[in-house]
Amino acid sequence: MSYPETYKYTKEHEWVNADGGTGTVGITDHAQHELGDIVFVALPKKGTHLKKGDTLGSVESVKAVSDIYAPVSGEVIAVNELLSNSPEKLNQDPHGEAWLAKLKLSAADEVGGLMSAADYQQYIGAE
Amino acid sequence: MTDTELKRTPLFDAHSALKARMVDFGGWNMPVQYSGIIEEHNAVRNAAGLFDVSHMGEIEIRGPEAQRLVDYVSTNNAAKLKAGQAHYSALLYEHGGFADDILVHKISDAHFFLCVNASNQEKDFEHIRSLNSFEAEVDFASERYAQIAIQGPKALSILQKLTEAKLDEIKYYWFADGSVSGVTARIARTGYTGEDGFEVYVAPENAFRIWNELLSAGAEFGMKPCGLGARNTLRLEAKMALYGHEITASINPFEADLGWIVKMDKGEFVGRAALEMALANGITRKLTGFEMKDRGIARDGYEVWVNGEPAGWVTSGGPSPTLGKNIGLCYLPAENAAPGVPIQIQIRNAPVEALTVPTPFYKREKA
Repeated sequence: MSYPETYKYTKEHEWVNADGGTGTVGITDHAQHELGDIVFVALPKKGTHLKKGDTLGSVESVKAVSDIYAPVSGEVIAVNELLSNSPEKLNQDPHGEAWLAKLKLSAADEVGGLMSAADYQQYIGAE
Repeated sequence: MTDTELKRTPLFDAHSALKARMVDFGGWNMPVQYSGIIEEHNAVRNAAGLFDVSHMGEIEIRGPEAQRLVDYVSTNNAAKLKAGQAHYSALLYEHGGFADDILVHKISDAHFFLCVNASNQEKDFEHIRSLNSFEAEVDFASERYAQIAIQGPKALSILQKLTEAKLDEIKYYWFADGSVSGVTARIARTGYTGEDGFEVYVAPENAFRIWNELLSAGAEFGMKPCGLGARNTLRLEAKMALYGHEITASINPFEADLGWIVKMDKGEFVGRAALEMALANGITRKLTGFEMKDRGIARDGYEVWVNGEPAGWVTSGGPSPTLGKNIGLCYLPAENAAPGVPIQIQIRNAPVEALTVPTPFYKREKA
C-alpha cells in the first residue's frame, strides 16, 4: 500500500493530512499490519481538546490493545463512525476510508515537524 | 531476550517459509499467526487448521508402579484408563493449587505418557520426580517428540490420507500408535480447539516433512496453518483452561470448574487434603463466563465489579470470531457465579457493562 505524499507521519505510526486549519488523522498501513485483525476502535468525543502526544483513542486487535496518540494538537471536530461497526476497515483502507478523527488544528506549525512519506518509509524499513 | 536465545521447534524453518509472525511465548519462538487470526480461527471451525505445538512437553513414566505414581501426582483416576486411552488431569501442589494441567495417555499398565505445558515442563518433571517413591522411572522426553495438531471437521479426512491407521475407529480421547507418512507416530484424538481433531506426536527429525505433507493434503479441504493467536480464541470459545490464566498455583480445580477431573474417592494424591478442606469450607470463588454488553474488550487481569464493588478479575478475554461477540472468563464470588448476573469490567479505568453467561461459549455439533 502506498503512503500518500501529502500526509505527514509520526514515529508512533499515525498520519495527519492537514488541509487549511483541519487535520485528518489515522494510523498507517504499517501499524495496521503489525496489529493484525482489528476488532475494536475507541475514539475520542467530539469537542475533546488534545495536545500533541495525548491519547487520542485505542485500537484493539484480537490479541492486544494499542493506544493511538494525537500526532498534532487540536480540537476533535469529527470522529469516523464507520469504525464503530466496521473496525476491520482499518485493516483494509487505513490511509483512506478508515481515518480516525478530524482535528481543528491549534498549532498548525506542528505538522511541519513530522516525517514525510519518504522519511517514514525509510523509518519503518529500518525499524 | 533476543530471538536467537529463544527456543525453536523443529518446525521453525516451516514457519519462516510461510512468513508467520513469530512471538516469544514462554521462551519459545512460536508463530502467533500466518494469514490472520480470524481467518485461521474460522478455518478450524469450518474446515481444518494445522498447528505446531512442539513446544509442549512430554514426560514418560514407566515401571511396575507407573500407574500408582501417576495416580499419586495427578487428580484424575489413571487406574481407570485402558491401554490406548487418554484423559485430562491436573498436577497439584500440596496446598491444592495447580502446578499444571496435563494429558495422561496410558500406553500399557507399565507405561504412561504425559503431555504438559511448554513453560512448565522442567518444573513438572522435577515435581513428579520429587514425589516418586514408587517403583517407577520418570523420563523427561520432550526432546524426543515434536507435536502437530490437526483440528477441525475435516481433520480426519486430511490425516487419513497420510496414515493407514483407521482414524474413525479412534474414539475421542483415545489414541493409536501407528505411522504417519511412513514413520512412527502416536495419533491421539485430542485437541485444544473445541473441534474434532488429532494431536500427532512424532520424532523431531520427521516433523518438517510431515508438516509439509499435511499442508499439501489439507489444501483441497481449505486447511490453513494456524498460530497461537487462533489457538487462544478457539480454546477460549470452548472454555478450555490456559495455565497462567484460568489456572495458577493459587487456584484449585473446584474454583476453576474442573471438579470433574478430581477423583476424591480414588485414594491418596498430592493436594487431596487441601481440597477436602476447601470443600468443607465451601468454594468461595468460581470461574464464570461473560459476554460484553457495551462496547469494549475485556483482557486478562482487568478488574470485575458487581453491585458497585470490586469482586473478581478477568482471566482471559477477547473477541469470539464464531459468535461475533466479545467474551471472556473471570473469577467471581460463588454467589455471583451463575448466568444472568450483570457485571462491570473495568476497561482502562472505565466500567463497561457485561453479563455472565453459560459456558462453553461454543460447542460443536456431535457428528
